[in-house]
Amino acid sequence: MKALNIVETAYRATIEEQDDTIVWITHAMKGAGADVSLLLRGNAVNYAVKGQDASGLAFGEARQTRPPELAEDVAKLVPKGVDVYIVDDDLADRGIERGELIDGLEHVGRGEIAALLGKFDQVWHW
Amino acid sequence: MADRKKLTFALMDAPYENARSTTALRLIAIAAARGYDVNVFAYEGAVGLPSPRQKPHANAVHGRDVDEEDHPLPHRWIAALMAETERNGGKLDWVNCGLCVDERGADEAIDGVRRGTPGDFWKFAEGSDNTLVIATRS
Repeated sequence: MKALNIVETAYRATIEEQDDTIVWITHAMKGAGADVSLLLRGNAVNYAVKGQDASGLAFGEARQTRPPELAEDVAKLVPKGVDVYIVDDDLADRGIERGELIDGLEHVGRGEIAALLGKFDQVWHW
Repeated sequence: MADRKKLTFALMDAPYENARSTTALRLIAIAAARGYDVNVFAYEGAVGLPSPRQKPHANAVHGRDVDEEDHPLPHRWIAALMAETERNGGKLDWVNCGLCVDERGADEAIDGVRRGTPGDFWKFAEGSDNTLVIATRS
């Protein structure tokens, strides 16, 4: 079975979780043998932008020593064999250039999404 | 109104569900650093924020053991905020909505958190310079 995780809700509790929970579960499922891919759309396309820095959070003497590294987490999916798609139109809407992105992404237009979904047995839209 | 500033926050989101919880605590941290008195009325899922049952975990995806991962625990953040507020001459008074606690079975909280009612929220607001509601959004 081939499944596609679509991440649209972005930065949902990523500080507390130290990652995006759907990117994380994609790693975990791949590690368990799943044939799973990832599509970043909407605000989640920003996950692929290099140079994000969420460090420095502190509440009094409680400091967060391990901030989320979202672009790195997405990038690490690629060598594991996870296809990572990103919607070009959503990048353009946000003024994000390709040169700002991590390597290894497969770019799709908004008009190509329906055909892409047809390649999967199950599509999970988070 | 006392000379010291007093702010009330109403929080609604559960831990590990939304960035709003972290944002709320960051705002409270600013007030704490300024020596303000801060009231928090935790409503609905937010009563889970000061739960001492939160535990750190290792993260195999990150390749880190439990110590290396240093997983954030909101109850520790809140305890640190209580200490920071006190250190700067203020007080953080945190009330968990009692009925919200009961329906969730979330009746454990760190020291300094007390059980209350919407009436406490009203009293908080009446006695504060201002109130900020950070509600759950779909």
